Amino acid sequence: MKSDYISKVEDSRLAISIENLSKQYFIGQNRAKQDGMRHVIERALRAPFKWLQSRGQKNTEDVEFWALKGVSVQIKQGEVVGIIGRNGAGKSTLLKILSRITIPTEGRVTIDGRIASLLEVGTGFHPELTGRENVFLNGAILGMPRAEILRKFDEIVEFSEIGQFLDTPVKHYSSGMYVRLAFAVAAHLDPEILICDEVLAVGDAAFQKKCLAKIKSFAGSGKTVLFVSHNPETVRSLCPRSIWLKDGRVQKDGSTEEVLDGYLDSVARGTSFTWENPDYGLTIHKVIIRNTDGEETRRFYPGDDLVVDVFYEAKKRIERPLVAIGVLGVSGSCFTSNMLLDGNSPDSFEGVGKISCTFKSIPLLPQNYTVKLVVRASTVTDMIVPYEEVGSFTVIGDLAEYGFKGDYLQYAARSTPVVVPYEWSMPDGRTVPVALNRVQEHQLTEGVAESLD
Amino acid sequence: MSQLVIESGRIERQYWRDLWRYRELFFFFTWRDLLVRYKQTVVGVSWSLIRPLLTMVVLTIVFGKLGKMPAGKVPYPLLVFCGMLPWQFFAAAITECGNSLVTNSNMISKVYFPRLVITVSSVMTTLVDFLISAIFLVVLMIYFHYAPHATLLLLPLYVALMVAVSFGVGLWIASLMVQYRDFRFIVPFVVQFGLYISPVGFQTGVIPMRFRLLYSLNPMVGIIDGFRWCILGPESRIYWPGLVIAVAEVVVFVASGIWYFRRTERIFADVI
Repeated sequence: MKSDYISKVEDSRLAISIENLSKQYFIGQNRAKQDGMRHVIERALRAPFKWLQSRGQKNTEDVEFWALKGVSVQIKQGEVVGIIGRNGAGKSTLLKILSRITIPTEGRVTIDGRIASLLEVGTGFHPELTGRENVFLNGAILGMPRAEILRKFDEIVEFSEIGQFLDTPVKHYSSGMYVRLAFAVAAHLDPEILICDEVLAVGDAAFQKKCLAKIKSFAGSGKTVLFVSHNPETVRSLCPRSIWLKDGRVQKDGSTEEVLDGYLDSVARGTSFTWENPDYGLTIHKVIIRNTDGEETRRFYPGDDLVVDVFYEAKKRIERPLVAIGVLGVSGSCFTSNMLLDGNSPDSFEGVGKISCTFKSIPLLPQNYTVKLVVRASTVTDMIVPYEEVGSFTVIGDLAEYGFKGDYLQYAARSTPVVVPYEWSMPDGRTVPVALNRVQEHQLTEGVAESLD
Repeated sequence: MSQLVIESGRIERQYWRDLWRYRELFFFFTWRDLLVRYKQTVVGVSWSLIRPLLTMVVLTIVFGKLGKMPAGKVPYPLLVFCGMLPWQFFAAAITECGNSLVTNSNMISKVYFPRLVITVSSVMTTLVDFLISAIFLVVLMIYFHYAPHATLLLLPLYVALMVAVSFGVGLWIASLMVQYRDFRFIVPFVVQFGLYISPVGFQTGVIPMRFRLLYSLNPMVGIIDGFRWCILGPESRIYWPGLVIAVAEVVVFVASGIWYFRRTERIFADVI
């Protein structure tokens, strides 16, 4: 299958050729003020000569900022390429240039084939119009001729699962319905090259799967796809090749496995932590974050065990040191192992040694986390190692596989990270347990559920 | 297979071809604006009739009854309405066209299509309102037993001039509005002011002859005069220098409007 794909791609011509592409923006804190008309008039009146001369020139007070710098990428027909990178890495700028929304400052792009780009689903949807009306409007905006929309109309409606609400104004739709209809229109575009950005970010799990399948089938039919996503898992499942953008440049371009390895490591900001406290003669050589198989890693799935190994060398004997290890997410402290509370303590640190802590089945949402370490002397007030960041890791994984099916899974990266198992008791008496446990296929079958009762 | 080249500083050759390719979008945007405009309004399309009707009544009272402006043999309401038709179109068109890019900024920053489509559609939407109001003109003429003259056949030419000048001015405002939102305040002012300095509530004849040329610098003067001439017949004389000026201005506005729009279009998405 894979080799088949490769041989197919190798034979084909270029679909997108990007040569030395750069895009410059000006970001001055005074930008808005300078562009306001009052300012233009004011300058023109105050110093008409200077104003005339300076017109058309770049404003010196503006700070220039290269959103893209010297990007060169060749994409062949039939290739499915993922684009990853942190916020501000230049992903959206690249997409905007490829979609002809904005023009590059330097460089050149040659696109061979009919192109459709989805930077957002439902562009141009009008809340006052009905679903039916919006299908036509949105289709036209995306470049579909009316005859084609008419031909595909039933298919679109069926795909969207909107059914009876077709003639209801979309302002009354739930966000899920809205996105389903919007994606349905987009999915029925028939381009040779598809550029899409995070369009799968909304919708329930089942619909997300359906969208993904649609893109997969699109990719499988020999079309070229450029896919931008924050979710490494989606990129992994869709794209054999990936491009990692960093600070407006191509950091890495190659097989998705390779590129994601580098990317995820950099996101988790690999540090080699060392600390020396000469007063106590204690050196922390390194801190390793690993899984229970002993593999050093920075990637965990929700529910995995996380091990933190602290390697030390104590030149002087330290009696009953108190160690605490904390895990912090984007919104602050998540949990900690703290000898001040649990009352445990090694008898002493002496010579070369290691102290480890295993956090069992971490109930964490997919986010970036940092690990901090404190070592206190038995006097408690004396910090041998103050609250120091010793490492970081990322929790990855598709929440849909954990039975999470909300419409807003894309916000998981900003949510409170710790999810302890909980249970809803609904007014109608139903109880719904929720936990960050991977849902096994067989658990979904009714027979098993009944036998559990 | 179509090949597309995206390069800096290059006016895309495919622009005009794209305009043709997206021709259905003109219709779709117009259709959307019309549909949206009257949804959730009780009286619906009649608003296109009520607004000019009420303005006509007010202007007839102010200029005809209180101001005692001459009207010849023409009923004063009819005289006013002939001036109001093109003026209201102009006012609405430059407002709608001027705001069209900013109103649709979400689309502009998310999807490509020739931006000219939005501006043209907004003028087309206004034209539909114009045609609805024109029905009322027929009603008025029947009411006043005013038979049309052969000059009526020339009216489409003036309508074309009216659409063109509104489009040209609208393009300028739309492009400037993207960068300078100040125009959001300037346009209503111009529209309000223009109603009184253009010959809407009175005939151009009341302007002293020595000021006529100067007065005709307002392109709407020539167009409104032309409307009256076509609809009311030779009763209202046509002032030829004024018409020449109006035509020249229309050409200048449309050509420069398109030029400026195309020049600024490529930065719309960056600054909007």
